[in-house]
Amino acid sequence: MVGDRNPNGEKPPADPRDEIVEHLGSLRAFAVSLTRNGSAADDLVQETIVKAWKNFDKFKEGTNLRAWLFTIQRNTFYSQRRKAKREVADSDGEMAAQLSVKPHHDGRLAMNDFRTAFAQLPVEQREALVLVGAEGMTYEEAAETCEVAVGTIKSRVNRGRKRLAELMQLRDDESLELTDQATVAVVQIGNQPRKFAV
Amino acid sequence: MGSSKPKSRLEQQIDENLRKVYQQDAEPEMPDRFMKLLEQLKEQDTPDGR
Repeated sequence: MVGDRNPNGEKPPADPRDEIVEHLGSLRAFAVSLTRNGSAADDLVQETIVKAWKNFDKFKEGTNLRAWLFTIQRNTFYSQRRKAKREVADSDGEMAAQLSVKPHHDGRLAMNDFRTAFAQLPVEQREALVLVGAEGMTYEEAAETCEVAVGTIKSRVNRGRKRLAELMQLRDDESLELTDQATVAVVQIGNQPRKFAV
Repeated sequence: MGSSKPKSRLEQQIDENLRKVYQQDAEPEMPDRFMKLLEQLKEQDTPDGR
């Protein structure tokens, strides 16, 4: 995580909100993992910034700013999603059912294949994996960010990893950097390819 | 709890890929958009601005 200040630093930042900028990259990456779509992610980040700015008085100084921002972002995401669901009936499950799995032989596992597999996971598993696996939060921090029990985060992470391994047809003794005799599950979203930020 | 259990090779690899993807996404080619937004918010807030 970023944001360590000089422990003896005497000058406090003029405006604590200026520190938001340090977390933009992480916010965007987290947004992509939630939305699976670059432009939707940007919109989500934008909304998160505005909300964070306007509600900054609710941030307890000295606590984890990034976790606070992430909480706002995921709340924003989920409330948009609930709204959208009323209009378009498309749950993760339904979407996953439309996915066709096309195994093929490939020398290396392309990052996009991993992305595509990742995008098939339910959003709860995606966010748990990203917070713990990529962002490096402890289970406790991730649980707090997602406002669920620590055990819930752990099981989501475990299920997510397991599902990823299945999707990519990996076993524990195999490498993700696959050799050419291994089959990589390349999954493609049928007729309506989703665009991921590349 | 937590990190007491050593990660399996598979877990490590999955996390490695997660980090790579995450880092790619964290590279915002359009930081301008967000920087401008922050500036605007700041301007709106500045009391002596109005």
